[in-house]
Amino acid sequence: MRQRLNKALGPVAFVLVLLTVWLGLFVTPPDVDQGELVRLVYIHPALAWVALYVAFGMAALCSVLYLWPRTRSMVFDYLAAAAVEVGVVFTILTLITGSIWGRPTWGVWWTWDARLTSTALLGVLFLGYLALRRVPADPHVRARRCAVAALFAAVDVPIVHFSVLWWQTLHQGATVLNSNLTPTIHGSMAWTLLLSFVAFTLVFVWMVIARYRIEVIRVAGQDVALEAAIASRRAEGVPS
Amino acid sequence: MAPAIHLRSAVVVVGRFPVLAGVDLDLDEGSVSAVLGANGAGKTSLLRLLAGLVPVEGGQATILGHDLGTERQALRHHVGLLGHDAGMYEELFPKENLVFALRAARLDPTRAEPALERVGIQGRLARTPMGQLSAGQQRRVGLALLLARRPQVWLLDEPHAALDSEARTLLGELVEEAAVGGAIVVATSHEPNLVLPMADRVITMAGGVVIDNQPGLRKPPGASHVA
Amino acid sequence: MWRDAWLVAGRDLRIEARSRVALWQVLPFAILVLFLFAFSFGPQRSQLANSAPGLFWLALLFSTVLFAQRSRALEGSPATRESTRLLGLDPAGVFLGKMMALSVELVLLEILLILGVIFLFHVVVVSWLILVSSCLLAALGLSAVSVLYGALSGESRMRATLLPVLMLPIAAPVLIAGVRSFQAALEHGAGLGGRWVGVLAVFSVVYSALGIGLYGALEEN
Repeated sequence: MRQRLNKALGPVAFVLVLLTVWLGLFVTPPDVDQGELVRLVYIHPALAWVALYVAFGMAALCSVLYLWPRTRSMVFDYLAAAAVEVGVVFTILTLITGSIWGRPTWGVWWTWDARLTSTALLGVLFLGYLALRRVPADPHVRARRCAVAALFAAVDVPIVHFSVLWWQTLHQGATVLNSNLTPTIHGSMAWTLLLSFVAFTLVFVWMVIARYRIEVIRVAGQDVALEAAIASRRAEGVPS
Repeated sequence: MAPAIHLRSAVVVVGRFPVLAGVDLDLDEGSVSAVLGANGAGKTSLLRLLAGLVPVEGGQATILGHDLGTERQALRHHVGLLGHDAGMYEELFPKENLVFALRAARLDPTRAEPALERVGIQGRLARTPMGQLSAGQQRRVGLALLLARRPQVWLLDEPHAALDSEARTLLGELVEEAAVGGAIVVATSHEPNLVLPMADRVITMAGGVVIDNQPGLRKPPGASHVA
Repeated sequence: MWRDAWLVAGRDLRIEARSRVALWQVLPFAILVLFLFAFSFGPQRSQLANSAPGLFWLALLFSTVLFAQRSRALEGSPATRESTRLLGLDPAGVFLGKMMALSVELVLLEILLILGVIFLFHVVVVSWLILVSSCLLAALGLSAVSVLYGALSGESRMRATLLPVLMLPIAAPVLIAGVRSFQAALEHGAGLGGRWVGVLAVFSVVYSALGIGLYGALEEN
């Protein structure tokens, strides 16, 4: 059952993305103010949602679970690493699509607004995490270091966010859920937007699972090697 | 009575390499053991395991009633390790190093001075930064720390290296005193003729395991009443 | 915990006092950074005075990375670290002690840098209260982060290159808040300075607390 679900996940995510593309490009109407540009709304917010909340939320949660002695397990280490790796990709895509959107609307590729700047800083923070993962160390030592690093980075995010927010702001407010909780866009646009969130979240989940399974297979290979290594180590002592 | 040090099939992995591939060893209080073996046989790794510095990947390891799987920190307090590098702060004087270590271990810092005098580090030497002392002098300071800390387990990694003949005699005396006082001494060596006279047990290692365990030349003083 | 903290702080400061690495390498570097900034901005008085807060905090941040390296290096060879581990020091105490020693060094550096920007960049301090409180809080926060990341990068030979990429993004809020509180302290009077001092305070408290809680997990293996 679980395996079937796993197998189905990739195709389902792919179909949903295709559906989003089709609805976003051909079915939904252009916007009154933004014209065709508005079609970026079916990509950019969903990417940002996955990168900022799903990916890094998951990385932080898994790191805490790893550090908590009762739930300590390498599973959470692998999951956190997978979430950050995929999250960095989504962050970069968020920045790129934001930039493409920003050029015609603001007239510049980059603006020092709060959300843009904190997103970029968050990306750099988690690139640092990936750099730390590549430092050779005992797997458990590395897991602990990386979990702590992820936690430090996660704690920094709200501080970064508020400093940058007070520093300067000229971004539009969150669109879907504004203060009175009524969607400000309607009909096919709202449904397509919602679909894009589901589609990209599924893509993320699919990628994380794939990355996690690669890690498990890699480590399993090394465990078999350990048994053999003990045998050959003992054999060193036998005079030939 | 259970032996003070008890290892059964103890495995230690560094990186991906099993430096210890299933060690069996039992040592009693008041014993002096010499660990012999070629380079890379696992002698230093054994000492690091006994010090609680490396995690045990498999098998059992109990030292002074502490299970190394779960209570490595609690054990460390009772262990003194003297390695190739004396493990001192290079910028600090010998006495400052000892006082720091004694304070950190919650022991009386006034033990530093007599211990240093005993190993012949006094006068100008006592006020020279560790980094400027010779290898043999640094090792003497390391011995002084063991002397001042009086740990229950003495782990000596090739203790004779870099020591002059006078210091080697002193080392023999200190080890004997410690063992008579109930400490467990484990010393690795490449020179059997130097360690055999001071050891009551000679352990030979190869390929990360103990391959031979023979009585040594030393007569354990407590042997009659322990048995 | 505090007993071990004082012991470790004493050790670090004593080693630093004897080796003088901070005095001969880090302090000159910080001053050099001020000069280099002046070269890159040109000699106009008004421009230098306007950018002085930013220059001060950038110089401080870059020097902090060097201090973080140094603070880790003080602990000596792997053998020294191991024999220290056998002494059974409380990790929270070790963290606090290293943090205290580093804070002292950072405050000294800040004093030097403040004198530097006053003499070289012709700034006039209006609110010393904001200036001093932001400097002290930043010293605490940055030293906490330095000690933590020093431990995070471990024995690795990549430490020199790893530390800046790990530490500087974390310290970004310190830069933003520090610069803004300095601007408040220099020209506009107290104004919004309080809010930025608050950010610095939150940063220091958060990372000190994390350090006390997690330093043990980092140092163990």
